[in-house]
Amino acid sequence: MSDEHIDEVSGVSTTGHEWDGIRELNNPLPRWWVITFYVTIAWALVYTTAYPAWPMLTSATKGMLGYSSRKDVKNDLAAAEAAKGKYVAAIQAKSVSEILTDDALREFAVAAGAAAFKVNCTQCHGSGAQGSKGFPNLNDDDWLWGGSPDQIKQTITHGLRFASDPDTRLSEMPAFGDIITADQIAQVSAYVASLSGKVRDASLIQPGAKVFAENCVACHGDNAKGNREFGAPDLTDAIWLYGSGETAIAAQVRAPKQGVMPAWVGRLGEIKVKELAVYVHSLGGGE
Amino acid sequence: MRDKTQLTRLETETVNAAKTRKPLYAARQKIFPKRASGNFRRFKWLVMTITLGIYYLTAWLHWDRGPFAPDQAVLLDLTNRRFYFFFIEIWPQEFFYVAGLLVMAGVGLFLITSAVGRAWCGYACPQTVWVDLFLVVERAIEGDRNARMKLDAGPWTARKLMLRVSKHAIWLVIGAATGGAWIFYFADAPTLVGELFTGTAAPVAYITIAVLTATTYTFGGLMREQVCTYMCPWPRIQAAMLDENSLTVTYNDWRGEPRSRHAKKVQASGQSVGDCVDCNACVAVCPMGIDIRDGQQLECITCALCIDACDGVMDKLGKERGLISYATLSDYNANMMLAIAGGSSSINPSLVRTAVGTFSDQVAHFHIRKIFRPRTYVYMGLWSLIGLGLLYSLLTRDRLELNVLHDRNPQFVTLSDGSIRNGYSVKLLNMIPEPRTIVVTMQGLEGADMVVVGDDIPAGRSFAIPVEPDRLKTLKVFVRQPADQIHAPAQTFKFRVEDKASFESNEYAATFNAPEAAK
Repeated sequence: MSDEHIDEVSGVSTTGHEWDGIRELNNPLPRWWVITFYVTIAWALVYTTAYPAWPMLTSATKGMLGYSSRKDVKNDLAAAEAAKGKYVAAIQAKSVSEILTDDALREFAVAAGAAAFKVNCTQCHGSGAQGSKGFPNLNDDDWLWGGSPDQIKQTITHGLRFASDPDTRLSEMPAFGDIITADQIAQVSAYVASLSGKVRDASLIQPGAKVFAENCVACHGDNAKGNREFGAPDLTDAIWLYGSGETAIAAQVRAPKQGVMPAWVGRLGEIKVKELAVYVHSLGGGE
Repeated sequence: MRDKTQLTRLETETVNAAKTRKPLYAARQKIFPKRASGNFRRFKWLVMTITLGIYYLTAWLHWDRGPFAPDQAVLLDLTNRRFYFFFIEIWPQEFFYVAGLLVMAGVGLFLITSAVGRAWCGYACPQTVWVDLFLVVERAIEGDRNARMKLDAGPWTARKLMLRVSKHAIWLVIGAATGGAWIFYFADAPTLVGELFTGTAAPVAYITIAVLTATTYTFGGLMREQVCTYMCPWPRIQAAMLDENSLTVTYNDWRGEPRSRHAKKVQASGQSVGDCVDCNACVAVCPMGIDIRDGQQLECITCALCIDACDGVMDKLGKERGLISYATLSDYNANMMLAIAGGSSSINPSLVRTAVGTFSDQVAHFHIRKIFRPRTYVYMGLWSLIGLGLLYSLLTRDRLELNVLHDRNPQFVTLSDGSIRNGYSVKLLNMIPEPRTIVVTMQGLEGADMVVVGDDIPAGRSFAIPVEPDRLKTLKVFVRQPADQIHAPAQTFKFRVEDKASFESNEYAATFNAPEAAK
C-alpha cells in the first residue's frame, strides 16, 4: 500500500487504494480551495469565540462580544420607544382636541390609534370600525354619547354600562313589553318608523305619536332627536343600531338590547386611549 | 532587404499552448505583458483616459435644478428615492428607464460583438481598463517585461521588497480611489468628501470603499486575466454572437506560415517561408498570456496589442503590416484557400503574392460593407426601437400624477341623513422640484361633494392645495352623495388634478359604492 503508484495515462500519482483494479487518482485540491478551507476554519474559531456558540452542559458559551439576540430586540424596542418619545410626551400633555390641531401629532396619533384599534376594538366594531348590528359603526356621523374628541375619549376611558367603573356611562331603556300593550307597541313602532321612512299602516302613526309622547319623550326628546346625556338614540335619522323598520323597532321597544363596552383606561392607559380617540374621530364622523 | 536575424527572439510560453493542453486546475502562470506601442495602443490609452475620466469626474459635475433639488449632475439619492441624471429626474416607479438602458446596453453589446468582435472586452470593459492602469503602475515601478521577470525570479532583496511594497501600495491607493469615486454618486460629493476625511461619513460609505478597494485590488492587480478567463460569462457567450463576417483579431497564417526564425537559410534551401519570423512579440505583449497564432480562442479579449507588436516587427522587416490583423473568418478562409491552392498543398505563402512580392488581387481584404448585414441590421433596429421608445416615453411622461385608493373597509358609510359616504386616499405626486398649487376636481357623480380630512377646506367639488416640491402628498378625501342622487350600487367618476400654472393635468377613474338598498 505504501508504494507510490503512478497512473500511466494521466501521469498522476494514485492514493494507493485499489478496487477491482481501479485506482483513485490523487489529484491535489486546487490551491484556492485549500486556502478557502483553512480560512473558513480560522473564521469558525474566531466567530465561535466572539459569539455565543459552544454548547455546554446547561447552557452555551456567551461569546467574548457579549452578544445576545434578545438584547438586540430590547435595544431595538428601546430605540423605537425613544423615537416615539417626543410624540408620546406631547400626547400626554395635550387634550384630544389639541392633538387634532397639530398635523404631525395627529398623524402619529392616528397611526398609533389604528394599531391599538386593530388589537383591542375590532372584535366588536370590526376591522374597518364599520360595526354591525348592535355594535355601532364608528365611521358615520351619528353618535349615541357624542362625537366630539373629548366625548369619544370619555366613552373609551370609562366604557358603557361597565359596572366596575364608577364613572362609566350609564342608561337603561325599560322593557316596554311589561309597561304598555302590544297594540301600543305596534303603534309607537309605526310612529318611530314614520319619522325616517314609510310605514305599512299609516293609521297607526297618530296613536303612536300619543304613546311616544307619554312614554318616550323623557329620554328621546319631544322631536325624537334623542339625548346624548343618556345615550338615547336619534330616532329620526337613517342609522339604526338594532335594525330599521317597524318589526325591529317593536322588538327593541318590547325588550331592549343595550350594549356594554368595557372601560379601557385601566388596560391601555391614558395615552393609548387618547390615540384611539383621535383615530376614531378621524374616521370621518368626528364632530 | 534587411537582415532578419538581428531580431532577438523573446522567450515566452503560453498558458494554454495547444501542444501541451494542461488541465484547467493549475497554479496560475505569471504573465508579464511587455509594453506595446502602435495605433491600437494609442487608441487604448485614449479609451482609458475617457472611461476613467467619466468614472472619476462625473460625480463632481453640477447641474442647476433650482433651490428645491440637489445640483449634482448625476446622483442616486437612495434616502429620498430620487435619481438624477443631468436634465432627467426619475422616481422609483420610473426605474424601468434604467432597465431599458440595460437592455439597450445588452443589445448594443451584441451589435458591437457581431460587427467587431469583443471590442467591449478589449477596450472598454472596466476589468481591462483597470488592469491596464495597474500594469502602467507595475511597469513604472518594476520596469518592463524582462526586468519584471528577473525581479520576480530573483531572491527577496531589500530592493525587491521596496519595489513590491510600493507597487502594491499604489495599487491599493488606486483601489481606494475607485471605491471612493463610487460612493460620490450616492451623496452630495463635496459634503461627503469632507465627512470622509473627518471620519463622520456613514459607515456604509467606508464599507463600500473597503469592499471596492478589495475587489479593485484583487481583480485588477492580483487576478487580472483570470477574471476574464474563469469568472466572466461573456467569453462563453461571445461564440453565439460571432459569425464569419465578424471582425476578430486574427493571425493570418496564410501569409505567415511556415514560420521560421531563419527565413533566409530556409529560403536558400528552396523551401517556402512565411512572413512570421517567430519572434514571439505578439505573445510577449499579450495581457492574457496567449499566442494568437493558435487561432481564435476563449482567452483572447481582442485588445489588439499583438497587432501593434507584430506591425512593429513587420515594419522593421519591411513587410506589409497585418500579419496579425482584424479580419473576418470569411476573408481569412478565402485567403487560406488561396494559400493552400484549394487544399492541394500545405500553406504556401508565395501563392498569395505576385511575382514581385506584393499581394495578389485575389487576396480578400476587409470591406466596411461587411458590417452591414441582416444580423447587424436586426440588432441596430432593435436597439434603436428600444431607444426611441424610451425617448418617447421620457418626453411625454407625466410630472403631475395622482393615485387613488378606495377605502375597502368599509366600502361605504351611511350617514344620519341617509346620504352615502365613500373614503379615498388621494395621492398627489408633484414630480418636479418646484412647489405647486394643485387643483383637485370631481367630475361626474351628480350632487356629490368632498371634504379633506384634517383640512379646513369647505365641502365642495373642487379644492386647491399646495404640494411641496418633488414630493408626494397623501390626502384623505371623503366623498358624499345624497341618497336621492344615487342610481347604482357602483358609480364611476373622475378625480382630476390640474396645475393651473403649467396646464398639466391628470385624471383617475374612481368608483363610488353604495348599498344595494340605497339606489
